[in-house]
Amino acid sequence: MKKTSMLGLLLLVIRRDLVLAMRRRADVLTTLIFFVMVVSLFPLGVGPEMAMLRKMAAGVLWVAALLSSMLSLGRLFSADYLDGTLEQMMLAPQSLSMLVLGKMAAHWMVSGLPLVLMAPVLGLQFDMSVQALGVLIIGLLLGTPILSMIGAIGAALTLGLRGGGVLLSLLVLPLCIPVLIFGTGAVEAISSGLDIASHMSLLGALLVLALVFTPWVTAQALRISME
Amino acid sequence: MLEISNLACSRGDHRLFSELSFSLDFGQIMQVQGANGSGKTSLLRTLCGFIMPDEGDIIWRGENIRDLDEEYYAEMMYLGHLNAIKDELSALENLRVSAGLSGVELDEKEAIVALRRMGLRGREQLPTKVLSQGQRRRVALARLLVSDAKLWVLDEPLTALDVGAVALIQELIEEHLRQQGMVIFTTHQPLQVAGVEMRSLSLS
Repeated sequence: MKKTSMLGLLLLVIRRDLVLAMRRRADVLTTLIFFVMVVSLFPLGVGPEMAMLRKMAAGVLWVAALLSSMLSLGRLFSADYLDGTLEQMMLAPQSLSMLVLGKMAAHWMVSGLPLVLMAPVLGLQFDMSVQALGVLIIGLLLGTPILSMIGAIGAALTLGLRGGGVLLSLLVLPLCIPVLIFGTGAVEAISSGLDIASHMSLLGALLVLALVFTPWVTAQALRISME
Repeated sequence: MLEISNLACSRGDHRLFSELSFSLDFGQIMQVQGANGSGKTSLLRTLCGFIMPDEGDIIWRGENIRDLDEEYYAEMMYLGHLNAIKDELSALENLRVSAGLSGVELDEKEAIVALRRMGLRGREQLPTKVLSQGQRRRVALARLLVSDAKLWVLDEPLTALDVGAVALIQELIEEHLRQQGMVIFTTHQPLQVAGVEMRSLSLS
């Protein structure tokens, strides 16, 4: 028998959550299908006017990504909470923040990454240029992990509450506004021939900040919810 | 050695216990007794650090568990009412994950040996959702076999177990005590442990 290292524990949690997600595929697909549907409703509702669609493409895709990432947040900790796994995680001889980081990473791979991969296909419905699509994807790649991480704080705080889902969205959505602004701002900038570096570096900075602080904050929130 | 001094705990406005003091040495076992709602589970959860006591200290090897944190958790193991097993995972995967969380990396062979000793031969690869309540409890209890924790905190370990499994748990506890481990537990079923004096703590 060997001792698990910190990295080993991180990988263990990520692997476990991915295996669980693969065995409950319906949950993963609902997020993705929701995203596809919301985005596809806009061209149908607004009409096929290319100039207008191009202008709103980035906003629609980002807002849809934001909303669909809310959908899966409720499940982030609740299953582990109900079956007692969360108790065992708190008793792990490694920092709880590390385990939380693992859960965030797995959550992003399952609910954020598919959205990023799907975005270019959906962007074509809005007649986005290749350049704009590229910027959109990079923005989403930087931004969706932040959504998972901020969302985890909300999920931890509302753990075990009845009707926590709505409260969760009310808590988390306002905190995600900066991500939305810089993400859509970058696409707008490239469409009007401006430099995107500032938007991207701000998104990158937000990602680093989130990586450093959110696991710890989430761990503290979980301890409060467990009492 | 585990020392509890002047511990007080309440849930909501209701004071469960106060001025509770005891100590438990290596190789000793203690049963926490009391009626339903007398605070047995709350006491055990306080020992785990889930609940902050209103007053008093929990001292492990001379230091407060609040300060020790991860060092304490490396030496203790808690088994609660909830089994902490996932329906979608097999018994084998469940055991390996929960051992990993408690800091022990288990290979497949070791996990299978533990599960067989728990009487789950032939069920290792089945998803736990098809197992019975008692078998699921056995999967959870298999963690006792693979853990090297000194302090076992067991909350109603015998629920849903049949006579054979109860005997096996008694055997495991005896083995653990012989290796200078310590056990603190609650149960409503009789549990005989040979060779050591069973200490008891009554909450009222």
